[in-house]
Amino acid sequence: MSQAPFYVSPEQLMKDRADFARKGIARGRSVVVLRYDEGILLLAENPSPTLHKIAEIYDRIGFAAVGKYNEFETLRQAGVRYADLRGYSYHRTDVTARGLTNAYAQTLAGVFTTESKPFEVELVVAELGVTAKTDQLYRLSYDGSVMDETEHVAIGGQADAITATLKDLLTSVLPLAEVFDHGVRALAAATNGPLPTKDLEAAVLDRNASGHRTFKRLSEAEMAELRED
Amino acid sequence: MSGFSPAFLSSTSNSFVELARAVAPDALPLAGGRDLSDQVPEGTTIICFRTAAGILMAGDRRATMGSLIASHSMQKVKAADDFSVIGIAGTAGLALDLIRLFQLELEHYEKIEGARLSLGGKANRLASMLRGNLNLAMQGLAVVPMFAGVDESTPAGQIFSFDVTGGKYEEHRFHAIGSGSGFARGALKKLWRPDLATEDAIDVAVEALFDASDDDSATGGPDFVRQIAPTIITVDLEHGAVEIPSAAVLSTATEVVARRTRKAQS
Repeated sequence: MSQAPFYVSPEQLMKDRADFARKGIARGRSVVVLRYDEGILLLAENPSPTLHKIAEIYDRIGFAAVGKYNEFETLRQAGVRYADLRGYSYHRTDVTARGLTNAYAQTLAGVFTTESKPFEVELVVAELGVTAKTDQLYRLSYDGSVMDETEHVAIGGQADAITATLKDLLTSVLPLAEVFDHGVRALAAATNGPLPTKDLEAAVLDRNASGHRTFKRLSEAEMAELRED
Repeated sequence: MSGFSPAFLSSTSNSFVELARAVAPDALPLAGGRDLSDQVPEGTTIICFRTAAGILMAGDRRATMGSLIASHSMQKVKAADDFSVIGIAGTAGLALDLIRLFQLELEHYEKIEGARLSLGGKANRLASMLRGNLNLAMQGLAVVPMFAGVDESTPAGQIFSFDVTGGKYEEHRFHAIGSGSGFARGALKKLWRPDLATEDAIDVAVEALFDASDDDSATGGPDFVRQIAPTIITVDLEHGAVEIPSAAVLSTATEVVARRTRKAQS
């Protein structure tokens, strides 16, 4: 005798999935992405020097993620494939954060509603504009919802605490060292602990970069120098 | 359908060429057609040699179509990534496309894997891309590259030449490819030394290309009217791939011309 199926309302189903995803994300440490006067800073608390949470997608597009490593790594690689194929088929300038964000949103939303388990990830897609005015920051949730931010954006378990610390701060007019300091302090305040430089991962999209690729990882020495200033 | 194509999420390859072949074969150069070898622009003389610090590669700027000059300012030598350089002789359209595809192949690998390919790995990748081009080569649309660079395990650098079938050969001192390569190689035999400093190396490169353009109609010399200088790119571990500014190359070319004029008049 097969059991009669239980009825689960769609509201309940979505809520269960959202709770599940949120719980997974809350376990991880946060990432914060901040604009500064000459570019965009991506900053994460990440003790591993090789398993990155921050990555280059394309010439002017950076990627930051929290949650399950294997899941956001799959999404990062998909983003690189999308961007490289688009840039090769059309032109390098035709690869935009908006297009990439849409693809991420559709994929996340599709997995959230149809697969047995949602992605336990949150993402930031950042695009460095030719001028500061055209910088773009997009925050994507596990369910595919998108928000765009103007100055800075935090994701992960302590995102709300970080956003509260940085509230009303206009980082896009400040130099890199100062913004780096604000970012580190917000991360440290959210975790209630000191944050040694070796536990940080950072990269910039630099408007003054010479080649077409503007993404640059900051070494531990470069981060230490920024913290001293 | 929206979102990522399923192949983007499920692919396990770090090769852009394989990805494009699977997902968007239309974006890649076409295979098929008839012998077009006398109707497409062709390029010309590329030289490459070791210097004291690393590698220098140089190429002229002329593209020809039969007996016509199709372009005075074609760039046939380009940085493949931060630490390697590629130069191409052969059918111009395919050559430029192969350079673009190869540059992207290296960048794609670097982003997917989070690490650069080794120098030998890059050369092997280029060889297999050429092998994929073989049916075009059989129709007369041959492309022959030269590739060189440095990496941590070979700081002095390596030079690789190729044939249309994808054969890869390491060159240990200097090499030249293209229609004027015989003359350039002859010049390099007399001028090249293993310990050339950058300034002297640029001088040797301009001399060798000048000899090639002197005797080969498909190779262009330095163009003082339009201020077009041969492309010269140096690669070493400290500075990476650096293109020498054309003003500096032109001033060296001016000296070379003055030297030759004196010799011709004496």
